Amino acid sequence: MSEVQDAAERLFRRESGRIIATLIRIAGSFDKAEEAMQEAFAAALTSWPEKGIPNNPAAWITSVAQRKLIDQGRRQRTWREKQEAIQYETPAHTPFNANDMEDTSLHLPDDRLRLIFTCCHPALNPEAQVALTLRTLGGLTTQEIAKAFLLAEPALAQRLVRAKRKIQEARIPYEVPPPERLAERLQSVQAVIYLIFNEGYSATAGDRLVREDLCAEAIRLGRLLRQLLPREGENHALVALMLLHDSRRLARVRDSRLVTLEKQDRTLWDQEKIREGLELLDLALRAGPAGPYAIQAAIAAQHARARMPEQTDWRQIAALYGMLLDLNPSPVIALNQAAAIAMGHGLEQGLARVEAIAASGNLDGYYLLHAARADILARMNRRREAASAYRRALELVTNQVEREFLTDRLAAVQA
Amino acid sequence: MRYMFLIYSQETLEGPPPEELDGLIHAHRNVMDEARARNVLIAVDSLKPTITSTTVRKIDGKLTTFDGPFAETKEQLAGYYVIDCRDLDEAIEWARKIPAGCRGGSGCIEIRPVGDLPVRGE
Repeated sequence: MSEVQDAAERLFRRESGRIIATLIRIAGSFDKAEEAMQEAFAAALTSWPEKGIPNNPAAWITSVAQRKLIDQGRRQRTWREKQEAIQYETPAHTPFNANDMEDTSLHLPDDRLRLIFTCCHPALNPEAQVALTLRTLGGLTTQEIAKAFLLAEPALAQRLVRAKRKIQEARIPYEVPPPERLAERLQSVQAVIYLIFNEGYSATAGDRLVREDLCAEAIRLGRLLRQLLPREGENHALVALMLLHDSRRLARVRDSRLVTLEKQDRTLWDQEKIREGLELLDLALRAGPAGPYAIQAAIAAQHARARMPEQTDWRQIAALYGMLLDLNPSPVIALNQAAAIAMGHGLEQGLARVEAIAASGNLDGYYLLHAARADILARMNRRREAASAYRRALELVTNQVEREFLTDRLAAVQA
Repeated sequence: MRYMFLIYSQETLEGPPPEELDGLIHAHRNVMDEARARNVLIAVDSLKPTITSTTVRKIDGKLTTFDGPFAETKEQLAGYYVIDCRDLDEAIEWARKIPAGCRGGSGCIEIRPVGDLPVRGE
């Protein structure tokens, strides 16, 4: 690959999110901005080999694309007297943190924050939010996104077309929400980033490398959000949570089988990610009352700090799940708390909690309820009951890796 | 841009119960007053209950008439506003103010941008 091509590809990967964000503001349209950016990259491939790679390639691409947009606008104006109003060129009401949006390293205004909020607008469905965020901010191709989500490329392309059409026709604004709506809208952005991470992290199926890319991309987006809105503690907490989970990547699968936390080779845990995760968690906790991501990160941190499984502070973990339950009363969180209670306060007590959740009937079709029950029963050496609970879990599980895991456990209690 | 706010609410034949009526009227009046004061209210109407509704459908060129609304659901179209808004976020702010609940049901509001008719009858 030629030097220029290489530079252009690296630039695209690193800076296309920022470039497209600015172009969308100028063009007032995702499609026009994308087209102009593509043309500018094509122009770079012919111009750079002759004239050399410019000092600030991102600024070069942006200004070439901008010129193309202006020319195009002029042509359309002469063709049609009334040019459609450039909708997005409305001043954003963001006096509250103008500093966060400035990054002088590129000498370009940073419009990525607007772009994040528009891509993750709750008026778009979550799948569309994810696809649009990865496409624009992540600079992933439709093909890459389709592959990561095990979708046919045309289906994904269709999803993007629909989302962009809704943005345009329902006029979803291209701006950072006002302070009184920021918290609410930020949740939707954080949810999209965490969804991308989980898609990459939950070892369902698909190309492993693509999935690792997805995790890396989610962490990158999380870092961007944290950089753009550093006053929001949950932004730090989200990155902390992702890093702490991701630190266990190498240890959690062995011979394509899932390895439980307890059985993982902890020397494989990425200490650099753990260190950064703990640091960011600290930052998040100092920013204000702990939100759901901070609490989940604190739980992950308890595991990360334990060099051996026996050192895990399960009582602290059970207490943290209690805090999470206060914020979000969900039977799944209650189940996790029950498992922590079993480990920290005694198996009998944990089992009683699981039985209470089972009796409520809320999670009867949820395989993890039966798997958790089976696990506690196995630890109590009540093997026959454990086996029957594992069998029930196996009837309900859909994920192949989880199925193999449960099959192994069933075999172990029957041995 | 004009947006239509379609109010879907739990329907009652005799209208909202008396204890809810005052609150509903009050909340609607506030929305109407504010929208009129800002000169953005284009239209607003309530609809009579679906017992009065008729659906017509052309099947193979032949007109068939049905009693009732197109879809039998718990929540029915009860009224609408058309308000001029800068963008969807401003429309969502209006939707926060428009009451939709009735008889314990929370109801909902669908926001749709109004299209441009190529030929508008005068």
